[in-house]
Amino acid sequence: MSATPIRVDLQLIADMVESKTRALDVGCGDGSLLAYLASFKRVDARGMELSQAGVNACVANGLSVIQGDADTDLGDYPNDAFDYVILSQTLQATREPREVLRQMLRVGKRAIVSFPNFAHWQVRLRLVFGGRMPQTVSLPYKWYDTPNIHLCSIDDFRALCRDMGVHVERAIVLNSKSHPIHMPPLLANLIGEQAVFMLRRD
Amino acid sequence: MSVELDDLTDAERKALARCHQAILGRRRPLRLDCGVELGPYRMAYQTYGRLNADKSNVVLICHALSLDQFVAEEHPLTGKEGWWDTLVGPGKVIDPARYFIICANVLGGCLGSTGPMAHDPATGRPWNLRFPVVTVADMVRAQAELLDHLGIPDLFCVIGGSMGGMQVLEWAASYPERVFSAVPIACAARHSAQNIAFHEVGRQAIMADPEWKGGDYRLHNTVPARGLAVARMTAHITYLSEQALQRKFGRSLQDRDALGFGFDADFQVESYLRHQGSTFVDRFDANSYLYITRAMDYFDLAAAHDGVLAKAFTGTPTRFCLMSFTSDWLFPTRESREVVHALNAAAANVSFVEVESDKGHDAFLLDEPEMFRTLQGFLKGAAIVRGLGEGA
Repeated sequence: MSATPIRVDLQLIADMVESKTRALDVGCGDGSLLAYLASFKRVDARGMELSQAGVNACVANGLSVIQGDADTDLGDYPNDAFDYVILSQTLQATREPREVLRQMLRVGKRAIVSFPNFAHWQVRLRLVFGGRMPQTVSLPYKWYDTPNIHLCSIDDFRALCRDMGVHVERAIVLNSKSHPIHMPPLLANLIGEQAVFMLRRD
Repeated sequence: MSVELDDLTDAERKALARCHQAILGRRRPLRLDCGVELGPYRMAYQTYGRLNADKSNVVLICHALSLDQFVAEEHPLTGKEGWWDTLVGPGKVIDPARYFIICANVLGGCLGSTGPMAHDPATGRPWNLRFPVVTVADMVRAQAELLDHLGIPDLFCVIGGSMGGMQVLEWAASYPERVFSAVPIACAARHSAQNIAFHEVGRQAIMADPEWKGGDYRLHNTVPARGLAVARMTAHITYLSEQALQRKFGRSLQDRDALGFGFDADFQVESYLRHQGSTFVDRFDANSYLYITRAMDYFDLAAAHDGVLAKAFTGTPTRFCLMSFTSDWLFPTRESREVVHALNAAAANVSFVEVESDKGHDAFLLDEPEMFRTLQGFLKGAAIVRGLGEGA
């Protein structure tokens, strides 16, 4: 379970997680965040991943991972089963993001969500002046093959949290180099390429 | 010392000469699910490797219906290599250099552990069909008593496929504090109607054989060989997949160039099945087959917990790793998934891997690198948490 350096946005998420807690990473991919949390923070880290090949690779690497779908399989878990339920760069690919968030906050005491900002200036420019569906580093797909069916902006996400009565404990906005930036919300929604939110039930 | 239990069959004598045995239930008999108290009874078991100082390296292997305690060595009856030689042995995933490996012949079995051919201490006569019906939970209870007898407090890992996997689930449900990690492979939390149906065909074949004699064939010096062979042939089909049968045999003819227009084994697949049936008779007992298939049929872990499978695992501290195979239609992936759902509902630590294979149910006994990789990774992770180190 050796953990190599992880992506900057994953590192930010890992830093939000207290050590020796229980965490579920939904859409854990190759398990790099799980491995990091288990090795360096002694977290009881579990994963759920849609691709069977991803699951098999994770388990072969000593991680506790099952094949599952964020949209359908969070319902299995009991209330408060985890201290954190993590969803990194996956919310926009779920069929019912609002329900997924609700389930995450039922199953976990806190939810950590990261997603690409669809109001990033490059996205806006490409659509307004290019007249084409935006393709950027964090949104690399063509319109016809993208798994991202529910894209949102940082402000959209904040609005959803308000509607759901969810408390935003932390919100970190990242620029295109994945460095945190500190600016007023309106500007952050323009400059930020992605965001990481830590949420809890009110 | 075993005179009070039985007079042994040749098969049992050969098996017991090659493994360990323990006579249990002398002071306190084993209370079976059917209500009968069994004791004394014998457990025949094999071990590989050494118990470490703090007794934390024990791996219990639970065997399937027609297998036995000879996991990783030449079989005393057939001379064939151990049934899990691919997985267990020096340099293998379950390495005796690292783990103390135990496998016991199940209660009701026919290679040394007490089963229907033993003698009823009350009458001094062979039990045969008067032997109490045992369940998977009874098998596990007997194994737990064996561990008590050996002074082993808990298990680093319990692993098994098929009926062995059922025992693993039962172990985790009945003795959660004694099971650090559990690997149920190609199994289910209950036997399906289709699986019960296939077993019933096998049992009827045995009981329809005139040589079976109501189960008292040993008294008559006969063997219900044809019945047992047919039972095995039927069962063997369920262990394979349609693709595997087609790939292996197709419509190829056996030792002939044209159809024989009779009922000899024209096709290779017939010849193969007949061979499977006849060799099985040499190493397995017909009454044992009845009892063990019955134990599998009766297995329903949810039923014992108010019909809610998750309740079998409430608060479990055990780490689970489940595996299934894509072409296994006897214990299909959805059965494993049901167990995973229940374990999630209990917030258990669980991994689940479906292995791509066209070899059907038998895949768990074969060379399946994906299964080995999964198990290797899971055991490594568990060993670190257990404090056994990463090892080799």
